[in-house]
Amino acid sequence: MNFLNDPLKVASDWLTGIFVSWGMNDVFAHVLVVFLGIFVLILILMVIDILLVWIERKVVARFQDRLGPNRLGPFGLIQPFADIIKLLIKEDTTPAGADKIVYNIAPMLSMMSVLILWAVVPLAPVMLGVDLNSGLLFIIAAGSIGTLSIIMAGWSSNNKFSVIGAFRQVAVMISFEVPMLAVMLIPTIFSGSMGMNAIVQSQDIWFVLFSPLAALIFLIAAIAELGRAPFDLAEGESELVSGYNIEYSGMKFGMFYAGELLHAFTFGGFWAIMFFGGYRFFGLELVSPFLAIAIILFKALVGYWVIMWVKYTVMRIRIDQMLAFNWKFLTPVAFTLVMVTALMNALLRGADGWLYVTGMILANIVVAWVSLEVVRSTGKKERERVEGVKQVVEAHH
Amino acid sequence: MNEWLYIGLFFIVGLIIPVGAIGVAWILGPKKPNPIKQSTYECGIEPIGEGWVQFKAQYYIFALVFLVFDVETVFLFPWAVKLGQLGMFAVVEGIVFILILIAGLVYTWRKGMLEWV
Amino acid sequence: MTAEQIIFLIVGAATLLSALLVVTVRDLVHAALWLVAALFGVAILYTLLNAGFLAVVQVVVYIGAIAILFIFAVMLTRRQAADTGAALNKNWWAGALMAVLTFAGLAFLLQGWSGFSKTASAIPSGFDAIEQLGGALTSPVGYVLPFEVASVLLLAALVGAVYLAFNKK
Repeated sequence: MNFLNDPLKVASDWLTGIFVSWGMNDVFAHVLVVFLGIFVLILILMVIDILLVWIERKVVARFQDRLGPNRLGPFGLIQPFADIIKLLIKEDTTPAGADKIVYNIAPMLSMMSVLILWAVVPLAPVMLGVDLNSGLLFIIAAGSIGTLSIIMAGWSSNNKFSVIGAFRQVAVMISFEVPMLAVMLIPTIFSGSMGMNAIVQSQDIWFVLFSPLAALIFLIAAIAELGRAPFDLAEGESELVSGYNIEYSGMKFGMFYAGELLHAFTFGGFWAIMFFGGYRFFGLELVSPFLAIAIILFKALVGYWVIMWVKYTVMRIRIDQMLAFNWKFLTPVAFTLVMVTALMNALLRGADGWLYVTGMILANIVVAWVSLEVVRSTGKKERERVEGVKQVVEAHH
Repeated sequence: MNEWLYIGLFFIVGLIIPVGAIGVAWILGPKKPNPIKQSTYECGIEPIGEGWVQFKAQYYIFALVFLVFDVETVFLFPWAVKLGQLGMFAVVEGIVFILILIAGLVYTWRKGMLEWV
Repeated sequence: MTAEQIIFLIVGAATLLSALLVVTVRDLVHAALWLVAALFGVAILYTLLNAGFLAVVQVVVYIGAIAILFIFAVMLTRRQAADTGAALNKNWWAGALMAVLTFAGLAFLLQGWSGFSKTASAIPSGFDAIEQLGGALTSPVGYVLPFEVASVLLLAALVGAVYLAFNKK
């Protein structure tokens, strides 16, 4: 019974007891148990990661009216495991002229930058991971390491395509980090904390109802951060073949690929934590921690599905369009939203919950409407200007 | 105990797993390098020159603008955390802070530095 | 020695070594990567001081932004990323002398300081450093003015950078 209520504590107490009875130091035993716990968590994540390959392939197949993997095992479930074996026994080539050390470190850093994100994910009320009080910034910090790994991979491969791919990818990632950071301020304002668990705990009403626009901006910025379509020009196949990871083969390529999928899934999880109540679902999370884990994983999967939906539906846009979209639209809108939210939060303080929600939603709608109107009128002016130039040119002829 | 110790352990385990996977692949995989296999991939064409191309200065400008906004937003996080307990004065302060930086963005925009030309 | 001290010594030594490599390696991209390692070491030192927020900011700003900016700058300006000139010029002894004098001066100033033998006092439970920082940055009796001036400083940095780039064109 106790195990079902707090499995982590029971298991760690039991293991610590065993280690201490072997004559180990108390503190050392504790650290060892934590180490083993993290190891098991990451192994589970890797298995989830392998299943994500299957999910991704199945879903893209349905989007493109195909069947997807269906030969190995039920519904092709064994397929990704067979792929792993293939990756393990493949020859791993290093291009001549590559910077060997940097070239080999890059895929490891890339995978690590994704795995460490799970240190701050609260899985259940009794399984918080590390409840850092700067949890939101920790996501960005881990992302910085990922950015660095992309530059390292692109530069060390000694290949023109990979360098261009890395530069483009990094330019997009750092640009979209600005609106992402800005909308992260909004859950922080609502909950009064940057800690993941505090944010989840203060969502008696999901934050997406407070600020749907912030949730949308976060999703867009996350997709760009992940380098997925429509922001995947780093791997524009027709021009750059596959971007920064072009020279990688075998398991090293597998690390980049698996890292990308797990990253997308993880950001689905962060989307759920910040705007959709994390592990909370009408009190069900209190029944059992296992149920809470199922809830957060399900929500993360839904977020991941939305990211895939966008990826396989929207076409790729050019880098100038992408950067203009970010700097001239998303960033000003995100900062305006932060200012409006801070103002409304101060005005509506002490108001009844639903009045607060109504006020916030109205504020969001106004911000969205005004920014769309500005874009529409600017676009109209621009079209008229282009039309005018055209007429002048034709008259000249 | 310091919560950062756990984060440190996460970093270590997060490195061990990919190192292990790549290590196993290195042990199991065949190793038969030859000059053609090792050559730089350029869609089947012989690579010309080194793996280096002239980049647009635009990348640098975007990185600079990003740096300024990054630092700014980091300043705003403590403000946002405390905001619930503060009065209108703090809200106005934050808004002034953001407006000053938006002025920077508008300047960059007007100077045409945000164009990808 | 406590475990914390051992970690401090190892990380400190690694940070110093990385910093040394930044100025000695020939390849500029490698130098930038060693700089990242040194900055990351500093972030770890912050965590040992229980300054978690500062550590995260260090990684976000220095590794996520400034190191990337350096790498962009190196790859934009140099065709040959490796430096071929001599590492030292004939004034090396003057620089070395200044370094030794500075170190001696710092050591002299700090020898009477009692902080070395003290252990850090435990942080009271319920103490949230970020909240304290937020309070200090926004309170009229605290650091409102520096907070706003920082914004103006960032604006000046942006305008200056844009102006320089604009004139080069």
